[in-house]
Amino acid sequence: MDESARAQAVSLMDRRKALNAFRIGDALFHRITWSAAIFVLLLLGAIIGALIWGAAPALSKFGFAFIYSERWSVNNEIFGALSPIYGTLMSSLIAMLIAVPVGIGIAIFLTELCPMGLRRPIGIAIELLAGIPSIIYGIWGFFVLAPFLKEYVMPALDEWLAPVPILNVIFEGPGYAASLLTAGLILAIMVLPFITAISRDVFATVPPVLKEAAFGVGCTKWEVVRNVVIPYTRVGVVGGVMLGLGRALGETMAVTFVIGNSKRISFSLLDPATTISATIANEFQEASGMYTSALLALGLLLFGITFTVLAISRVMLARLDKKAGA
Amino acid sequence: MDLQNFFRVALVAGAALAAGQTARAADITGAGATFPAPLYAKWAEAYKKETGNGLNYQAIGSGGGVNQIKAKTVTFGASDIPQTAEDQAKAGLVQWPMVMGGIVAVVNLDGVKPGEIAIDGDTLANIYLGKIKRWDDAAIKKLNPNVKLPSAGITPVYRSDGSGTTFNFTDYLSRVSADWKAKAGVSQSPEWPVGIGAKGNDGVAGSVAQTKNSIGYVEYAYAKQQKLTYADMTNKAGKKVTPTAAAFQAAAANADWAKAPGYYLILNDQPGDASWPMTAATFILMHKEPTDKAASTEALKFFDWAYKNGKIAEDLDYIPMPASVIEQVRKTWATDVKNK
Repeated sequence: MDESARAQAVSLMDRRKALNAFRIGDALFHRITWSAAIFVLLLLGAIIGALIWGAAPALSKFGFAFIYSERWSVNNEIFGALSPIYGTLMSSLIAMLIAVPVGIGIAIFLTELCPMGLRRPIGIAIELLAGIPSIIYGIWGFFVLAPFLKEYVMPALDEWLAPVPILNVIFEGPGYAASLLTAGLILAIMVLPFITAISRDVFATVPPVLKEAAFGVGCTKWEVVRNVVIPYTRVGVVGGVMLGLGRALGETMAVTFVIGNSKRISFSLLDPATTISATIANEFQEASGMYTSALLALGLLLFGITFTVLAISRVMLARLDKKAGA
Repeated sequence: MDLQNFFRVALVAGAALAAGQTARAADITGAGATFPAPLYAKWAEAYKKETGNGLNYQAIGSGGGVNQIKAKTVTFGASDIPQTAEDQAKAGLVQWPMVMGGIVAVVNLDGVKPGEIAIDGDTLANIYLGKIKRWDDAAIKKLNPNVKLPSAGITPVYRSDGSGTTFNFTDYLSRVSADWKAKAGVSQSPEWPVGIGAKGNDGVAGSVAQTKNSIGYVEYAYAKQQKLTYADMTNKAGKKVTPTAAAFQAAAANADWAKAPGYYLILNDQPGDASWPMTAATFILMHKEPTDKAASTEALKFFDWAYKNGKIAEDLDYIPMPASVIEQVRKTWATDVKNK
């Protein structure tokens, strides 16, 4: 064997060694990422399992009455979740009624009407709103918004709407500073940036040629937005709204500060109420036995509600992606 | 049960991490009532300076304290709700009173300063039952002929979490109002007919400070810290008293601890012209046969030192236990707690 053949053999050996090392590295990498993914699934499964297991005693004792009964008596171990469910849904509904039109309005302004120089500053301000921790909203709501509403807004609502049927029940005074309305307003401010940011992004996906065609046949800006932009992006906007709703339903700290933590259902928005997450945050540490189980059942309910909302938003966003790709 | 224990352990671990504290061997761990928390913090600070040993006390509420000590996640539990002698025996616990204090009604009324307004138990019960809805109600006017009361709705503030302070407050209302006893009763978290809830003694104090025309109930130290307007009260003897250490002391003096099995005693609505009507003791719970005997010994050393430093309690307007009771408690430690 001459020198060059030997050198070739050595280099072949080196190559094999190196390739082997690559293969092992790849397999290892594959395993690690794979187990990370499985770990998340296991974790999710464990959380659901623990919730169901913990909630089982309460759910089997109260059955469906747990959902439609209002009475929450720790002393008598009678637990009904209607009041927290009502508060959770109502506070989120108020938030959506305010945040959806305002959020979409901001998004339309930013994409269609805003002068170029202003787009970035306003966009960044909205994104900053999304980054504020919820406890800050809670403190601001407690010290600033709640007293302001109680002092100036609530007496006026109560007085002006007194002769209007239905509305006089919904806004019946004198009202509490910590109320369903206050919580709904705080939530509206908290979800506004989500709805705005997603709406702005999906509005930007509208092909310019569509808009130009509409302008070409003489449409006004309003007509373009109404008949081209919104129909084209409807599904995506709904997806953004659902993401915001998901946040509103689960928000804990800010709501606990301003909702008044009362388990009485009142049809006046100016009265205190409670939500599922606020109830759990307030009462978990003191609970034992059936009480703990009832709180875990509340958690399971909230999990179910937010999971449904998020699933719907996923489906809608997926449909939008398909449409954009086609 | 295992699941619940797991949650509790997770909770305490989380709280300890959140406080940024690492539990060292010499540190004594305890959890429970918020009512005496300001005092335990002061005691711990002074004790650390003197001996180098720290105390890690988590003010998570009385019910939580009882749960924690039963789950053995802490060396001692603290509670404002005394456990009966049977309950103690069942869980293998020993209980003793650590310090006493007063619960006061606090209000937020424009132009009304501390002690300028007076209230009695029945009126307080009716406010929290929603039967008295406005500040210019005849019952409140009658007690305060010289105070300009606003024509405004009352916002009662209560504890949204389960609470020993609430237990003692509702116990008092049940003693003075048959109506309260029938409709709401004694509980650490009753079904409140009216009002808004806030978390912890500090939460109630904050909400009252923030909400005009509101009323709340807090441990006296919290009212003092937040400079809230406390109300004078009519006691069992029919006399008007101002919440002061002397008034709490007068009520506490009636307590006959020697005759209370397992130190189960409630101090509300005591006789005597000078007695403050809402007075409560706060209790410590420990295992008779602790698993960590060294930690248990350290904890008892701390409590013994705390009894000797009642001055610190007085500075915060708590009432130290009388010397005779302290002697009795020391005997209980010697016979009941098996640290060897």
